[in-house]
Amino acid sequence: MGVGIKVEKLNAWFGKTQALYDITMEAPANHATAVIGPSGCGKSTFVRCLNRMHETVPDARATGRVRIGELDVYNGTAAVQIRRRIGMVFQKPNPFPTMSIYDNVAAGLKLNGFHDHARLDEIVERSLKLSALWDEVKDSLRKKSGASLSGGQQQRLCIARALAVEPQVLLMDEPCSALDPISTGKIEELIFQLKEKFTIVIVTHNMQQASRVAEFTGFFLLGKLIELDKTEKIFTTPSDKRTEDYITGRFG
Amino acid sequence: MPETVTATSDFAATPISLWRRGMNSLATLAAGAAVVLVLLPLGAVFGYLIYKGIGSINWAFLTQTPKPVGEAGGGMANAIAGSAWILLIASSMGVPIGIGAGIYLAEYGRNRLGNIIRFTADVLNGVPSIVVGIVAYAIVVLTQGHFSALAGGVALAIMMIPTIARTTEEMLWLVPNTVREAAYGLGVSRWRTTLSITLRTATSGVITGVMLAFARVAGETAPLLFTAFGNQYWNWKMNQPTAALSLQIFTYAISPFDEWHRQAWAGALILIVLIVLAVSAVRIVASHGMLKGAN
Amino acid sequence: MKGPQPVAKQEVVGSAGTQGEPLLKAGNSHIADAIFHLAMLACGLCVLALVGLIIYELMSGSRLSWHTFGMKFFFRSEWDPVNEQFGALPFVYGTLVSSLLALLIAVPLAVGVAVFITEMCPRWLKGPLAFTTELLAAIPSVIYGLWAIFVLVPLLRQYGEPFCARYLGWTGMFEGPPYGIGMLAAGIILAIMVVPIISSITREVMTAVPQQQREAVLALGATRWEMIRTGVLRNARAGILGGVILGLGRALGETMAVTMVIGNRPEIARSLFAPGYTMASVIANEFSEATGDTYLSALIEIGLALFIVTILVNILAQFLVWTVTRGTPARSHA
Repeated sequence: MGVGIKVEKLNAWFGKTQALYDITMEAPANHATAVIGPSGCGKSTFVRCLNRMHETVPDARATGRVRIGELDVYNGTAAVQIRRRIGMVFQKPNPFPTMSIYDNVAAGLKLNGFHDHARLDEIVERSLKLSALWDEVKDSLRKKSGASLSGGQQQRLCIARALAVEPQVLLMDEPCSALDPISTGKIEELIFQLKEKFTIVIVTHNMQQASRVAEFTGFFLLGKLIELDKTEKIFTTPSDKRTEDYITGRFG
Repeated sequence: MPETVTATSDFAATPISLWRRGMNSLATLAAGAAVVLVLLPLGAVFGYLIYKGIGSINWAFLTQTPKPVGEAGGGMANAIAGSAWILLIASSMGVPIGIGAGIYLAEYGRNRLGNIIRFTADVLNGVPSIVVGIVAYAIVVLTQGHFSALAGGVALAIMMIPTIARTTEEMLWLVPNTVREAAYGLGVSRWRTTLSITLRTATSGVITGVMLAFARVAGETAPLLFTAFGNQYWNWKMNQPTAALSLQIFTYAISPFDEWHRQAWAGALILIVLIVLAVSAVRIVASHGMLKGAN
Repeated sequence: MKGPQPVAKQEVVGSAGTQGEPLLKAGNSHIADAIFHLAMLACGLCVLALVGLIIYELMSGSRLSWHTFGMKFFFRSEWDPVNEQFGALPFVYGTLVSSLLALLIAVPLAVGVAVFITEMCPRWLKGPLAFTTELLAAIPSVIYGLWAIFVLVPLLRQYGEPFCARYLGWTGMFEGPPYGIGMLAAGIILAIMVVPIISSITREVMTAVPQQQREAVLALGATRWEMIRTGVLRNARAGILGGVILGLGRALGETMAVTMVIGNRPEIARSLFAPGYTMASVIANEFSEATGDTYLSALIEIGLALFIVTILVNILAQFLVWTVTRGTPARSHA
């Protein structure tokens, strides 16, 4: 079962430039929350703050409180440990180029010291099934390299890799923007199924995707969270004029 | 009668002057001649090496040590082995430090200190090899009181480090950041990511750099002149003067004995074959794609 | 031990919680990260330490000579180990003359080769040609020397030097018996050795000139040579100069091949047929036999001078190349 995400007064900077202003929101457990907004509004930054990937950029920092279930992300635990509990899928599929499909899925576990081979086989199979890739690759798990798959398959491989470490939350940063419509469709279907077990936050610049996949949607503009509500409401009767302007295409 | 003005299109139809066309052809000829003049000595060197050296390479040459002056026969077995020994010592110091420095520059060195180190590495690359020999002499030979393979190894290691550091840095820099981010996203620690993911992705490129540095120092003579010094006999110890292929070629070449001249050619042929093999292997590895699929 | 559970297709099995305990043990990597960072930093600092070491050893080793002879050391011509009188002028002269002669021969050749490969060569020939010129750089100095002694020198003695004496003797630089061994041979073999470096850098900077520049000149109706001259070479001027200076740096420090054909006589002569001596050669020849502290110190001082000059020349060269290729990581040119 997934857990909920609570964010309180999150601020983030790149050097001296502030990118996020006092973000406070909640993403409920076992649901998908979409994050939309025009380019440069801070949606990627926001999601990367949830698993402290933001600080891997030199001179970047964040303040505030983020809680994922019982876990206090910014207080008390090292960033590396946080990231082991949260899964992340990036915009451009990034399987490890020198590793086979099997090794890619197992990477999160192996690199963190998990070496029980019998269980690894089981976990790899389960993760690939979860990401709907198993049937396509089950015969060439160790023979083919992760980079030899098609774009859509690579992204599903990355999803399997993220799921293998059994996170409770899955963060997805525009996972379909580099993919063709068919692969996109497959991944959206996947998100639907994954919601039963995980809590998902998905950044997307595609409003139709948000309405297809997420129960809740948050609209970001210039580093601020303007409105967060049920997706239906955001797209039909938004409370804030700025949201309405974005939805109806007056800017963005 | 109205004056006719020559249309500008007539200008465009004027042929390019003979002078300009002549210059163009001359330039092509001159450039081509330059190529021929440059390739000539290359062909000549290889040609002579094979012509003069091939006859003298036999089992005896490869397995025997030098005979006393004046006697025919003997070989360079100890020199070949000595070179290998010295190179092994040099690599054991030069390769880890060089790769480490390269990792530092690529992963931690995008700052002022990194720039200073980068600049210094390039400076170090330009130091004449004879000067490196002097320094190795001062550090090792004077301290120990005798010439040694270790001193030769130190001299060569000093020459390997900056080359390996810069090529390693270049290769690591080519690894796209998305690969590192994928590892961070999985909660892998930074040191583990650098070694198991980043370095691993750049492996073939790094190996290329190491082999290039290796091929470069394998033929060096000057830094060994007063460090390893040379030896008529076998030596596998770190602390004794040791023969080296390049040293032996030099000693024989400037000697007045025809017999030794003959052997110098043979030794040179062996040396160049080994180096060409190393350089070609590097080319093959490089052309098979350094970062398989990572883009 | 429980076997793996068969996973039904529809069933979305297990995420955190089904196994009871988290899959990955919580572990902190702060210490490991810090140690790794320190270790890599140490390797990087090694590079600085090495240069510092070189400077230190050279300076302390040459102190005796510096105290004994002072600055005049580089302006005196006496090289007399027996009476402990040392002056480095012949070596400075020999180094400069051999290097300049080498550049005179090498630069037109190297630029010509570079121009041919980048602008004139059919595509299929580019790769092999570039590879072969780089192969020239891979040949060790001692092998060049070997070839020079037994092939180049006899050629010079029999044909080259008499030819020069007959047609160029009016310059006064081609007098005296044509031994073959001497400054001319050294200059020629050095030229062959520095051509690859100059050529490779020239190629690099020529390739860095944007295609638009070439097209702009061609669009004005220029011939190919005119396009190369004004569109490419002119833009790459600074970089080519940098390549030439880098070649100079290489020539200054070159030891073995020069030692084997220059004659090793500490004299200054106007004729290129005469034997000479370079800074690197005297160190190579006499260092291991130097008796007496002053002797050794004099040699080390020559090494220090060589070091400083080569470093300065290389820095200038790197800077010039950088202004054209700006931004691309500097390549270590072997």
